[in-house]
Amino acid sequence: MSTVKLTVNGRAVSADVEDRTLLVHLLRDHLNLTGTHVGCDTSQCGACTVHVDGRAVKSCTMLAAQAAGSSVTTIEGIAKGDELHPMQAAFRDNHGLQCGFCTPGMIMSAIDIVHRYGGKLDEATVRHELEGNICRCTGYHNIVKAVLDAASRMKVAQAAE
Amino acid sequence: MGVEGIGASVVRKEDKRFITGKGRYVDDIKLVGMTFAQFVRSPHAHAKVKGIDSSEAMKMPGVIAVLTGQQLVDDKVGNLICGWAITSKDGSPMKMGAWPAMAPETVRFVGQAVAVVIAETKNQARDAAEAVVVTYEELPAVPDVRAAIKPGAPQLHPEAPGNVVYDWALGDEAAVNAAFAKAANVVSLELANNRLVPNAMEPRSAIADYDAAEEHFTLYTTSQNPHVARLVLSAFYNIAPEHKLRVIAPDVGGGFGSKIYIYPEEMVCLWASKKTGRPIKWTGDRSESFLTDAHGRDHVSKAEMAFDKDNKILGLRVKTHANFGAYMSLFSSAVPTYLYATLLSGQYVIPAIYAEVMGVYTNTVPVDAYRGAGRPEASYLLERMMETAARQLKVDPTELRKKNFITQFPYQTPVIMAYDAGDFHASLDAAKKAIDYEGFPARKAKAKTEGKLRGIGVSCYIEACGIAPSKAVGSLGAGVGLWESAEIRVNPVGTIEVLTGAHSHGQSHETTFAQLISERLGVPISQVSIVHGDTDKVQFGMGTYGSRSLAVGGSAIVKAMEKVESKAKKIAAHLLEASEGDIVIENGEFKVTGTDKSLALPMVALAAYTAHNLPEGMEPGLKETAFYDPTNFTFPAGAYICELEVDPGTGKTTFVNFVAADDFGRLINPMVVEGQVHGGLAQGIGQALLEGAVYDENGQLVTASFMDYTMPRADDLPSFKLSHTTTLCPGNPLGVKGCGEAGAIGASAAVINAITDAIGNNKLEMPATPDRVWHVIHGKAA
Amino acid sequence: MYSTTYHRPSSVDEAVALFGKGKEAKYLAGGQTLIPVMKQRLASPSDVIDLARIKELVGVDVGGDTVTIKAATPHYDVASNAALQKALPALAHLASQIGDPAVRHRGTIGGSLANNDPAADYPSAVLALGATIKTNKRSIAADDFFKGLFATALEDGEIITAVVFPVPAKAGYAKFPHPASRFALTGVFVAKTKSGDVRVAATGASQSGVMRVAAIETALKANWSPGALANVTIPASGLMSDLHGSADYRANLIKVMAERAVTAAG
Repeated sequence: MSTVKLTVNGRAVSADVEDRTLLVHLLRDHLNLTGTHVGCDTSQCGACTVHVDGRAVKSCTMLAAQAAGSSVTTIEGIAKGDELHPMQAAFRDNHGLQCGFCTPGMIMSAIDIVHRYGGKLDEATVRHELEGNICRCTGYHNIVKAVLDAASRMKVAQAAE
Repeated sequence: MGVEGIGASVVRKEDKRFITGKGRYVDDIKLVGMTFAQFVRSPHAHAKVKGIDSSEAMKMPGVIAVLTGQQLVDDKVGNLICGWAITSKDGSPMKMGAWPAMAPETVRFVGQAVAVVIAETKNQARDAAEAVVVTYEELPAVPDVRAAIKPGAPQLHPEAPGNVVYDWALGDEAAVNAAFAKAANVVSLELANNRLVPNAMEPRSAIADYDAAEEHFTLYTTSQNPHVARLVLSAFYNIAPEHKLRVIAPDVGGGFGSKIYIYPEEMVCLWASKKTGRPIKWTGDRSESFLTDAHGRDHVSKAEMAFDKDNKILGLRVKTHANFGAYMSLFSSAVPTYLYATLLSGQYVIPAIYAEVMGVYTNTVPVDAYRGAGRPEASYLLERMMETAARQLKVDPTELRKKNFITQFPYQTPVIMAYDAGDFHASLDAAKKAIDYEGFPARKAKAKTEGKLRGIGVSCYIEACGIAPSKAVGSLGAGVGLWESAEIRVNPVGTIEVLTGAHSHGQSHETTFAQLISERLGVPISQVSIVHGDTDKVQFGMGTYGSRSLAVGGSAIVKAMEKVESKAKKIAAHLLEASEGDIVIENGEFKVTGTDKSLALPMVALAAYTAHNLPEGMEPGLKETAFYDPTNFTFPAGAYICELEVDPGTGKTTFVNFVAADDFGRLINPMVVEGQVHGGLAQGIGQALLEGAVYDENGQLVTASFMDYTMPRADDLPSFKLSHTTTLCPGNPLGVKGCGEAGAIGASAAVINAITDAIGNNKLEMPATPDRVWHVIHGKAA
Repeated sequence: MYSTTYHRPSSVDEAVALFGKGKEAKYLAGGQTLIPVMKQRLASPSDVIDLARIKELVGVDVGGDTVTIKAATPHYDVASNAALQKALPALAHLASQIGDPAVRHRGTIGGSLANNDPAADYPSAVLALGATIKTNKRSIAADDFFKGLFATALEDGEIITAVVFPVPAKAGYAKFPHPASRFALTGVFVAKTKSGDVRVAATGASQSGVMRVAAIETALKANWSPGALANVTIPASGLMSDLHGSADYRANLIKVMAERAVTAAG
């Protein structure tokens, strides 16, 4: 057992967990942040994607202890109060989700993509960059649309700031 | 249409919780005192269980119990059932082997549970499960359907000699023989329909909670049909009587058929919760999904089609072997029979059809309905046949189809189905136009100069959805009725709750069903809640599968609304001192036609509940229920055309264009409908290009993770060009047909037809992996 | 995952000391292979020693004749390094094709090489470029480093600290991804050194891990162009064969990917 201290969604948190605890289980089981999902056991599906120190990572492929001292952002931490993150809004407006299970990981990956590419995104790039996130419902058509839509919204938002 | 009524692409009411991480899936739920189950599973495809030693496991930290299959038998927990009885050609009933939830004596597929460990934490349960020592005596295994029916093959069940569950046939054999006797041309085809793993992104999960004082169970489960689960658990598995068992299916992360069935894990958790006196959670990991979720498809078929000298179809003869896996899953028997052979007429006038289907046991996980269920297999066979025939007869494949299209409705096929409406020329014409079919030869020639092999492929599918009516399916062997229920509660303040027996696990019912209410009663959808997925809230329902929710469940809502409207109009007429026949509903107001007198819905509702001034003899309240049993299936149909390029150096396929022209009847929310089509197309393309469950000769699943089983990813797929043609379904009040499975049914043939066109070789099986395509191009055996 | 004890040293020396104390210790770099293997209970280290936060192990140095990638540098940082993209674009490109974006944010070159998965991308570049693997004890030439499937010249407890790549005249990498896992079904790295030597390495193909491809090297030495490979035949013997790629298919891919790598190299 170790005490793991980290920042989650801007809040300092501390949890006593076995060293073998994965970050995703720290989030789900100890912090009750159940928006981050587990869809596979081979680090392929991306349903567990969160941001660690500003980068998208698979929280099922990282020990909680590895994240000690880091700042973690989950799907629960990206809206500003009632104001959705532009990526969340774009997923809703473009019907980029159906069952919703892959959605949190998809949104966290998508935000990371837009951060890395800025406005220089096209369909082919979005499709390639989403290769670490599997969706079984949407055929990705509307997810790709949503990411491109959000990229322009985020650009506008950035310009306004 | 109102802004939120029928035909409006409103954004989904359910989305907010999913995009903010507030969805509530089974694994998100924690109960006080909850424990965790880990199953001990067979590593062998076929073996006798000689002994289970749990003594070491019981000593491990946190372990509460280790329970075995024999204890299930001792407690008289029932075996799993198959709910559709099929009769063989010789009149004998299907031959089912017993399927206990945990195997007391014999395991018949890798992953079958033999024991379960209950412990305080998930890790402790998993640690202890490894310490349970099971002694097996291995038996020879047979995973392949053709090998399983050979003389001398390993035998799975004493009840099913030769591993044959049934040998069934549909159609008029003599008429087909006569048709072939006079044929000018006969086209033959042998093909396999590859086995698929459904892989809903949420793994199956269950939480069982027994209340000893009330002798009452609660089950949270990843189910597409919680009421059916309760019925089966009560009536067949002896878990608890229905009034002592509440089944809740909260947010469910996709199903695609695989979450229709009642699985061993739910049964065991319920039983073990009573035995241990503790709530128990089981959440499968993806490896368990691969090994234990019901797989789909897995047919091998031979087909022949007879044509006259004018290329009109005279007859079709099909012989199919269907792999059922090691046990008969809940609806498995119906899939390769009444959901498959009945669709073999496709969109064509085929005067005579004869289909024989042999259902076979093998040492693989059970096979059951997966998105499309039988209809993709029929559509793939028929549409590859049409393409093959066009090439053999040297005619354009779209012209051959058009020559044989059904144009008069209703149309009685020789295989039970009576198509009610459709316009197949319209769909194909729309698809051809969308892809510029006429311009294809020029594009192919240009691609050739760039070293690419370009192909185009067509698929004209028809399917049957909203399987019904109950009386008819009962006569064909179904163990249940296939109606749907709805209850509409107009609250005293005018907000509305709709209770439905359909279950939404991605289908958007919370929005589209609310749109039905908005259309009729003029209220905004924000005033409407859709309640589903809980047997304590909704009286009964048959659930969501077979693209039935809107055509059957939506129609039940319409029927209940008619009753609500009728009563509300009586109240309004009474209060407004008008005649009932003069009341019209506009924008949520009950108006006296031709006057300025009106009452808003909340006022009518309040009057119904205060009951101070109701028409003489009227009961208070405004709540109505309807059970709707359709008169026929619905028949969505359409045309898909796919244009693609094959890289001759690697065999890799790249999409150039994919167009779909579907006829789903009336669309309630076009945005949602298109989303359903996208997802279906992805699964159909996945089957054609990427996905295939493979067992080795010992019955080990080779493709047991996402590392080996190719799930479609964003960069495997194109953007789709969709369009709709419309013939209204005459069989239900909404004129709707269902859209959930179409893409998965129609897409795979279009893709394979396009690849075989590109490479100039028709001998290609699914999935058309780069390796496989490269071998065909270069004339090498794979 | 079995129980384990996690350690986070702040220096290479401390990491080595911790390794010595552990019963069956393992170094944990990005963890993108080790953690999944531990999750599957296929590995059960008593101790995991996290190297990712050791500052001396992170960074990319681009010099005139060499490029040095420190061992715990994540793939993303390699792929997005502007100086590297200029000096050795083929290596930046290779790094951008490993796994998926989330994997590239955690996975490291040191972890990849120490694991020596036969379908990993980096070993092909290391071998084709004739890189030098620096450890806490010594320098190992690429030709001496790879010892077959999941086997390397590393001794127990030895830590890779950096990889030094000579900057070539030309280099290119072409990968045909495994359809399911996205590892390399076959990837080929071609390099022409400043002295005119040609080295070609293929990953994902051979039963014994990353390998040089002599036939292609000979052809390209004579004529550095994709067309030079037209008459080259790669034998299928010794190549891996599985559901997604039979040995003869992989043999074909070695040639086709080599052609495309040469095209990319210019």
